[in-house]
Amino acid sequence: MTPFLLFQALLLLGLIITAILVVAFKDLLFSAIAFAAFSLLLALEFYLLQAPDVAIAEAGIGAGLTTAILIIAIRGTKRLEEKE
Amino acid sequence: MNMTKIVRTTADVLYPFCLVFGLYIVAHGHLSPGGGFQGGSVMATGVALLIVSRSYTAILQRIRKEALKLCEAIGLLMFLVAALSGLYIGGSFLHNWLAGAGGLFGTPVAFGPNPGTFNTAGVVPILNLAVGLEVLGGLAVILLYMLSGLRENTP
Repeated sequence: MTPFLLFQALLLLGLIITAILVVAFKDLLFSAIAFAAFSLLLALEFYLLQAPDVAIAEAGIGAGLTTAILIIAIRGTKRLEEKE
Repeated sequence: MNMTKIVRTTADVLYPFCLVFGLYIVAHGHLSPGGGFQGGSVMATGVALLIVSRSYTAILQRIRKEALKLCEAIGLLMFLVAALSGLYIGGSFLHNWLAGAGGLFGTPVAFGPNPGTFNTAGVVPILNLAVGLEVLGGLAVILLYMLSGLRENTP
């Protein structure tokens, strides 16, 4: 297995782990930050798949603006769910 | 309500770097990956850093909403004028009448395989700049209006 394929396999594993973390976190702010990390790894994957244009758009929109929008939305609500 | 001083200072430090890098992506849009939309979204990320770290009343003292709206309007007008000038001069919509004409953005491209230089693409850099301004203004105004809906005493 070449180092490139190994790196890409690790990247895909990181994508799956961050995607699970987005759903698993109870705190919504942690979830938003995990979504930003997911977006950043996805941008790196786009770059490795020879699509640098899409990678820049994904890094700008996904990792930057979506996180800002989510954080503003979280600031308007309560961060933690009420305990039953 | 404002976030902590650490967040605010980090946003202040990173803000000009985001703007300059976005402008770099916009300006080299005809040579390298990226272009108007990508560079504009990077610039809007810099503005979003400032917007997230402060409350609505504090952010209005730092950036002006009218300036962002003006940015968006100027971008749209620039695109339309650059495209319609091609219709008037060259005979078709978006005709690249500046390319190869000399002067600003009009240097002829050298013969043979080469990556091109900054001054060669004619109308395309102007269109890129217009789209960059448009995207920066639009996304920043969206974030500002989202923030304006929050109550002032929310944590």
